[in-house]
Amino acid sequence: MNLRKIILKELLERKKQFLTSFIAILLGIIVIVAVKSVSNSSEKAVAIQLDNLGANILVLPQTTTIDNYFAADINAPEMPEDYVERVASSTIKGVDNMSPKLSARMEIEGYSFVLTGILPRNELASKPIWQTAGFSDPGLQAACDPNNIVNKSHGYEDERLQRKVIDSLGEYDCLAGSDAASKLNLKEGSPIKIKGTEFKVASILPQTGTVDDGRIFVHLHTAQKILGKEGVINAIEIMGCCSAISEGLLGNLRNILPDTKITTINHIVQTQVKTNQTMAKFSVIFLIIIILVGGISIGNYMWSNVEERKREIGSLLAIGASPKNIYYIFLGKALILGLIGGIAGYLLGTLAGMILGPQIADVKVIPVPLLFVWALIIAVGVSVIASYFPARRAAKIDPALILQEI
Amino acid sequence: MIRIENLSKKYNSKRNSVVALNEVSLSIEKGEFISIVGPSGSGKTTLLLCMGGLIHPSVGKVNIDGASIYDLDIKERATFRLRNLGFVFQTFNLIPYLTALENVQIPLSLAGNTNGNQTERATELLEKLGLGDRINHKPRELSIGQQQRVAIARALANNPKIIMADEPTGNLDPNTTTETVAYLNSLNQTGITVVMVTHNPGVAEYAQRTLRLVDGKLIE
Repeated sequence: MNLRKIILKELLERKKQFLTSFIAILLGIIVIVAVKSVSNSSEKAVAIQLDNLGANILVLPQTTTIDNYFAADINAPEMPEDYVERVASSTIKGVDNMSPKLSARMEIEGYSFVLTGILPRNELASKPIWQTAGFSDPGLQAACDPNNIVNKSHGYEDERLQRKVIDSLGEYDCLAGSDAASKLNLKEGSPIKIKGTEFKVASILPQTGTVDDGRIFVHLHTAQKILGKEGVINAIEIMGCCSAISEGLLGNLRNILPDTKITTINHIVQTQVKTNQTMAKFSVIFLIIIILVGGISIGNYMWSNVEERKREIGSLLAIGASPKNIYYIFLGKALILGLIGGIAGYLLGTLAGMILGPQIADVKVIPVPLLFVWALIIAVGVSVIASYFPARRAAKIDPALILQEI
Repeated sequence: MIRIENLSKKYNSKRNSVVALNEVSLSIEKGEFISIVGPSGSGKTTLLLCMGGLIHPSVGKVNIDGASIYDLDIKERATFRLRNLGFVFQTFNLIPYLTALENVQIPLSLAGNTNGNQTERATELLEKLGLGDRINHKPRELSIGQQQRVAIARALANNPKIIMADEPTGNLDPNTTTETVAYLNSLNQTGITVVMVTHNPGVAEYAQRTLRLVDGKLIE
């Protein structure tokens, strides 16, 4: 026999009363964990989406639409390649990397694909997922960190020069997107003839789930030559630092390139971002509800429990229990309530998130271990804090008042 | 063993104040069996609870074995009760969701005994009181007399020097009353001091000395 056994035996004896408070804390934790699991997975999905998209600013000729760009319309307008130099030689802060492109739709062996001319190092740096193909040196990482080494790896000290494009893809080498390679049966080292010019497949790019999978990339200047469009490009993909975008990077770019259309990819992930924001708001609301409803319910239950057990508490004090022992009995009970509520709430909340996530946010939800810690902290915290005053009242019960029987 | 000096206890409420004990002084020697009698509201239970360190007197001192128990802090007084006193109540005050064995184990547990020692000692006491076959029964599964015997076993768990019994036969039938008082008497024979509050003159006769309280004053 010990105080812990007294707590457990009492809990089992008065299961129904315990159940009400338990359900209050359990429901609160389930909702918080479910909402946070979904929003967490949703945030990750957005991050992956952004990562796959690579560049987050697109510079297009004024008259081009986004659809023209992605469809590589043969009649899509062009703009001078000098625009790249114009941005590179400016003093604008926050341009992390640039990737000028010239694209054209063409057909080989009945398969329609998009030939895209790129300046390779920049292209690779702006698409982290491609770096697994082994084309990038370790320093070529795209990021918004002001100390990042993206451009430093190019060996330029001057910030403006660091942004200059670097040519490292062979003149007649090409990179094949995964779908294009599959359709044209291309492998590394395979020869491929495009517009009468023979290229060697330098690498097959990993699948990205984007339009890039159906493209064949060659050096920009080679593309310009075989397409007869020397000195022009269709687009510049820019990786801009997130903070710089919010500080007016787009406006600064528009000032330098007034006859272009400058857009961000924000609209692509806008829905997801809105869902995440709603989820975050719900999390806060549910947190407040659990603290209020759960706390009041547990406090009320504990208060009734103390009233009901006055005689028992008086007896324990009479036979030698100290007020500290009484605190232990009630706060220990609150701890158990919180622990069980937290553990069960986490498990059921995660399950709810996994079931509801694909339906409400279109994301696959995976369990978040950190939420287990938070579920325990919140459940135990609410339970113990709500039980503190009832426990204090119990510890201060005057045994004489309870035990005077005549 | 027990020295009470000028003990007074006044209960104050918003409307009036009630004097429960009025300058009570007495001495109880080691191994005595004392009964305290008096009409309802005379202050018998208040005196017993003051002696047991459960009610802080308004005035006066209670010394047990040389220790002024109200000069001890709450925790020390709880430990003092645990080591030296055993309480028996009219309504037994057993914990309803624990078995007879577990009820007797509580004071042993509070005194820091291991689970094995608790079980051994509690079983021994319950068997002595004729409850060997009832150790795993909860209070509601026991008769009134059996419940009172469990309460006595609980009071004896830590080998107290003094048993303080508040109307221990108040809820019992005549046969069980006789058994219970006889058992308290037999405990007294082993050297345990017994202080018993009762309003039953027949029960009081078992004691070596009877103290009468009227309106909070002691009349020998």
